[in-house]
Amino acid sequence: MIEESVRRGEKPAQRPVVAGFVSADEPVGPRAARPPSGLFDAVERGLPFETTVHDELRSCRAEVEIESFDLWYGAKQALFGITMSIPNGAVTALIGPSGCGKSTLLRSVNRMNDLILSVRCGGEMRLSGDSIYSKDTDVIELRKRIGMVFQKPNPFPMSIFENVVYPLRVDGVRDRHTLDEVCEKSLRGAGLWEEVKDRLKESGLSLSGGQQQRLCIARAIAGDPEMLLLDEPCSALDPIATGRIEDLIGELKGRYTILIVTHNMQQASRTSDYTAFMYLGRLVEFGPTGNIFLNPRLRETEDYVTGRFG
Amino acid sequence: MTPLFAHGETMVWLTGGALALCLLMIVGLVVLVIGFGGGTFWPAPVVRVETLDGSVCMGEVTRDEGYRPERSLLEGVPADALDRTWAAIREGGGEAKRRLVRTGNFDLEGTHFRWIADYAVKDETRPEWALVIERLSWGRFYGEPKAFLVDGKPVAEAPADVWRAFEERHAEVRDRYEERRRLEREEIGDINRKIEEARLELRRTEIRRGKDSPEWKRQQAETERSAAELNAAFRAVRERIDALNRENARYELALVTAKGAEKTIPLAEVVRAYPSNRLGFGEKLGVYVARWGEYIWDEPREANSEGGVFPAIFGTVAMTLIMAVFVVPFGVLAALYLREYARAGPIVSVVRIAINNLAGVPSIVFGVFGLGFFCYIIGGGIDGLFYGERLPNPTFGTGGLLWASLTLALLTLPVVIVATEEALAAVPRSMREGSFACGASKWQTIRRIVLPRAMPGIMTGTILAIARGAGEVAPLMLVGAVKLAPELPVDGHFPFVHAERSFMHLGFHIYDLGFQSQNSEAAKPMVYTTTLLLIGIILVLNFVAVAVRTRLRRRLEGVLPQARTHA
Ligand SMILES: Nc1ncnc2c1ncn2[C@@H]1O[C@H](COP(=O)(O)OP(=O)(O)O)[C@@H](O)[C@H]1O
Ligand SMILES: [Mg+2]
Repeated sequence: MIEESVRRGEKPAQRPVVAGFVSADEPVGPRAARPPSGLFDAVERGLPFETTVHDELRSCRAEVEIESFDLWYGAKQALFGITMSIPNGAVTALIGPSGCGKSTLLRSVNRMNDLILSVRCGGEMRLSGDSIYSKDTDVIELRKRIGMVFQKPNPFPMSIFENVVYPLRVDGVRDRHTLDEVCEKSLRGAGLWEEVKDRLKESGLSLSGGQQQRLCIARAIAGDPEMLLLDEPCSALDPIATGRIEDLIGELKGRYTILIVTHNMQQASRTSDYTAFMYLGRLVEFGPTGNIFLNPRLRETEDYVTGRFG
Repeated sequence: MTPLFAHGETMVWLTGGALALCLLMIVGLVVLVIGFGGGTFWPAPVVRVETLDGSVCMGEVTRDEGYRPERSLLEGVPADALDRTWAAIREGGGEAKRRLVRTGNFDLEGTHFRWIADYAVKDETRPEWALVIERLSWGRFYGEPKAFLVDGKPVAEAPADVWRAFEERHAEVRDRYEERRRLEREEIGDINRKIEEARLELRRTEIRRGKDSPEWKRQQAETERSAAELNAAFRAVRERIDALNRENARYELALVTAKGAEKTIPLAEVVRAYPSNRLGFGEKLGVYVARWGEYIWDEPREANSEGGVFPAIFGTVAMTLIMAVFVVPFGVLAALYLREYARAGPIVSVVRIAINNLAGVPSIVFGVFGLGFFCYIIGGGIDGLFYGERLPNPTFGTGGLLWASLTLALLTLPVVIVATEEALAAVPRSMREGSFACGASKWQTIRRIVLPRAMPGIMTGTILAIARGAGEVAPLMLVGAVKLAPELPVDGHFPFVHAERSFMHLGFHIYDLGFQSQNSEAAKPMVYTTTLLLIGIILVLNFVAVAVRTRLRRRLEGVLPQARTHA
């Protein structure tokens, strides 16, 4: 029953107190002058704190708006009052130490967490203005608007062709011409066409790891989504395959709004336009990638991106 | 000193030894079955044995054994030779050997077999022209040809001439006999069915309208008219049969037994005859193959100890396939619900335990349940609703192929459910998530991703179910397997599949031959042969399923070896 009310967006009684969307307007001083804010300490003790959001983000058109989003795995809270706007057409990276809730936040966007029975959530999320968690949201329609790529390549046990056109198949598309067209377009989009165009009938599992991941990207864009969610797409790949995927993300930028989780600071700085730093289920700092890596407002963010902790 | 168990070798020996023991037992069983079952049909030489007391017998030696005779029980030895024989046996350590000779000629001598001890043998020969004759009734006949009779007059007397005449005529006589059988089975069967249908139609009208209604009267007049027509048709067929019989009766084979008795056997009675001692290897092989052919394709004769087992093969395969057709979808659906839809909790756990325990219920209990539930309740209900005119004769309300298949489906259900559940659980979470993320619904994910991926595992469950179900006998005795049912459950008459009919089953056939047969010595080799056949059929069914599974796996795993290690 609690779950129902939460999914409807009502706030459960025991919601912890968190700060809302507060922009940090304090002047940015020289680095050395920035004092440790004691923020991690506060977070660990469960005290309220404010997300630091850079001004550049306020003028962006948002693809996804997240407001005071909380999420529990059973009794354990994994996300605390996340409030952020993911800018349209740009690449936004989620960084933070392991277990801080990056994947959880990502999976909340297309409601993949619905598959876990113990999950409850509260707060609001909107995709291009359409509520994601309202009662009359059609989850299947929602997921069709969002492509997703997972940490480990997960091609289906079927031919390369069928893998790519899977989103169309579940839509009931039968027309061979359409399917062929979408298959080629998506494989080209994922930079895989030249490698597999002569073996579309072979099993998707017969590809190498990097090719499998690009196949998954092709599958994710085949349904012509508005947005792509990438959860550490390169963590299972070798450096060369990683490089190709990173190039691919650069090519996809602009056509799709991309939200990517990554463990790799270089990757975040190379591929993304905006970066959000998370810690223990909280969004700590969110701003343009350049700012976050070169000129973060918070000492904690700096420590993390320079590898001093995490 | 390191302790013994610290060395890995101990476990290697233990595990290897366990495997070796298992293999030894399995190989032993297979060798036994193949050895005994495979040799049954090989033609043995015919021996003519004269014993010390002057009695003579002729037949095939089926087996021998050593035994310790008692003096008072020395058989076939006249009083004056008793002392000498006894002394010889004592010298040999008290052991004697004896052979079991299949002497046949049951109609003359009232026995099929005779033990002959080696010490009692005075003379032993292999008469060149000794014939082994397999007959339609009375079992085998052993004798030497005396004459070939046409219309009661001998046309050949020398053994070679008689044999030539026999070979010349036998095929056509058998053809006429087969034609007669066909007429009886098909044409007369047709007429009988029409008479029965007319009777049922009349009865139906009686039930519906009552006996004094005009409809009933009209119907009755109709029935009587058609009965007259059918009777005429019956007489016509009968005449054709009589003509065939008359023609066949002209040819006879006169034989002398070893004891000197004469016997005339109509050629139509002879299924197969061969001069065993004159056959070369090729001809023996011919007889061997022909007997296997008869065994597989023909109907049984002589209380199942002779002839073929085709109805049993058909029944076994049909029952197994129908069982699989029921159990696989049901088991898979049940497993799907348990694994994919049901919320994990105490109820699901209890259901799972109950299913596992179902696998341990004695199969005869399933038989009892099948008889009570399927035959009496459901079958009785169907009879009452649709076959009222046939009552009190049950149609569905008694054992039959359908009910036996359903009973076995129930019996094998746990195997399929457990195997399917395991296969479903082995489908990686990432694949389901990938499908959901593409906007697939739960059912689409199950149908397009989970089921294909789990198919090899489901096939494994099917294979186990087939193996278990095809070899099961106990419940079948209650729900429809019978000793003799030459009417196949599938024939050319509407509605073509008669699932309500009782049927023959190889497993039940083995039991029947081995333990219910009058002529158990003759039936014994057939037990092994039937076992061989049953194992062969199960092997073939399983092989097909394994081949399908391998193909599915190949397709799932792609082509590169690297990918194969992944999946
Ligand atoms: N299915 C789950 N059930 C319970 N707890 C989970 C589950 N998935 C993740 N968590 C918990 O939620 C927190 C955030 O996890 P996650 O989002 O996977 O972190 P990240 O991706 O940043 O490494 C972790 O503490 C993790 O233990
Ligand atoms: Mg993660």
